[in-house]
Amino acid sequence: MVNKMRESLIMKIHYGTALGAVALVAVHILMRLTQNFAESLEYANVIANYQFLPYAGMLEIILILLSIHGFNGLRVILLELKQGKTYEKAVSYGCVAAMIGLIAYGSRTIIMVNMGMI
Amino acid sequence: MTQVPSIAEEQASTPLSSAKSTTLRIARFNPEHDDERKFMEFTVPYEKWTTVLEAILEVKKHFDHSVAVRYSCRQATCGSCGMMINGKPRLACFTKISELDSDVVTVEPMNNFPIIRDLAVKFERLFDTHHKIKPYLIRDDSEITSNEKEFLQTPEEVEQYIQFSNCIKCGLCNSACPTMATDSSFVGPQALAQAYRYVADSRDKGKDTRLKIIDDSHGIWRCHFAGSCSQVCPKGVDPAMGIQFLRGYLLGFRS
Amino acid sequence: MEPQDENKEGIGGMINPRRYGIERVAYLLMRLSGLGLLAYFIGHIYETSSILKGQVGWNEFLAMTQTNEGHAILAIVIAMCVFHTVNGIRVMLGHGGVGVGKPARPDYPYDPASQNIKHKIGIYSAIVLAAIAMMYGLAVMYGE
Repeated sequence: MVNKMRESLIMKIHYGTALGAVALVAVHILMRLTQNFAESLEYANVIANYQFLPYAGMLEIILILLSIHGFNGLRVILLELKQGKTYEKAVSYGCVAAMIGLIAYGSRTIIMVNMGMI
Repeated sequence: MTQVPSIAEEQASTPLSSAKSTTLRIARFNPEHDDERKFMEFTVPYEKWTTVLEAILEVKKHFDHSVAVRYSCRQATCGSCGMMINGKPRLACFTKISELDSDVVTVEPMNNFPIIRDLAVKFERLFDTHHKIKPYLIRDDSEITSNEKEFLQTPEEVEQYIQFSNCIKCGLCNSACPTMATDSSFVGPQALAQAYRYVADSRDKGKDTRLKIIDDSHGIWRCHFAGSCSQVCPKGVDPAMGIQFLRGYLLGFRS
Repeated sequence: MEPQDENKEGIGGMINPRRYGIERVAYLLMRLSGLGLLAYFIGHIYETSSILKGQVGWNEFLAMTQTNEGHAILAIVIAMCVFHTVNGIRVMLGHGGVGVGKPARPDYPYDPASQNIKHKIGIYSAIVLAAIAMMYGLAVMYGE
């Protein structure tokens, strides 16, 4: 599936995720500045952030956007360093697997805290 | 019988009015029997106008005729004499020793091109990538078969592609490109700029064909606008500009 | 027959920004900041999952990161993030053909129109904004 995707579509996704992440990460960082920085990192405040559904939703979207953007960037760098059919397939599928893995791991945290399962 | 002057006695071709001299370090490597590159140093006189190519030919004439170098027109038209001069790809005939501002001039074969010997490199990959993007007008009719006498273009239409048609296939851009430094499959700035040259030509109808060719994991998307190709181009082709315009077609900014 | 050495510069060519101007430096910094941010992102996702261990786990995580080393790393991450973002926007605009000049008949000294002052200002702005953001971040982290 990965190899059949046109590179222009992959790059449009790369640019789109970049622009989306810029906006949302700015919000995420500004949240730490609405209160005193150290206070904003206290356990109770962080839990409150996660349990506020729109914020949790935003974190989930950031996770997906940055995972896609980051691992696609890594894929591009690795493809430029070495070439070959097997290597390129391994890099492409490896990056997709890492992407999915990281999204799954991060989503687990967001969902469990949001649902109060700690 | 006239005595043939020895090399030591023979005068240099360049008049020694200013008596300035520079050290020319030439990379020597013959893949048939050398394991690694060596440098040989020669002291060469030069004037304000002496080019690196003239200095190399001076070495060939008076010191070591076996130095392999490719050159032809000596006026930055043929693109034959591309080489690394003090670490940057340049045309030897277009680079004056005085403008390098250095006591030592190091010349090496262009990066990212396989070496034949010394300063001469193989151009097969450049020719292959250039050929890949179909560097000719693609259309069903021709000026012979069509009803029109010739395919007319306005000066404005010519202006869209004329700078990219100045490419002399010297390969300096491919040598400077950071992607070409590691990616053996990358099409290269020269081919991409030529792809744009034809896409931008109003007489051409092969835009979709060429866009499909370069829309590849080692095509246009491996260009990251580092701009080194344009920095080294001796003819003002500015491949980076052409590549970004070409990308605009794939991203939907241009149609 | 042995395949001939392609005489590629290799990674040394990719990471050597010295010869080609600020645009090449920006290309290198973009790659480095991207890799750095990816590494930080993976670490961040891993570390913030410590909240699942409750208050104890979360405080352990804070004890590890609210240190001088942690603040220094975060300051560098802030700089990388701002540079990557601002330069990324510049590159995206360039990729769309914005600010790369217009085709014209070349004339000596054949200065490339795409390597123009607009993109140079974009690059220097990215570097300056990254430095400012880093200093602001340090002020916030150490200011309390």
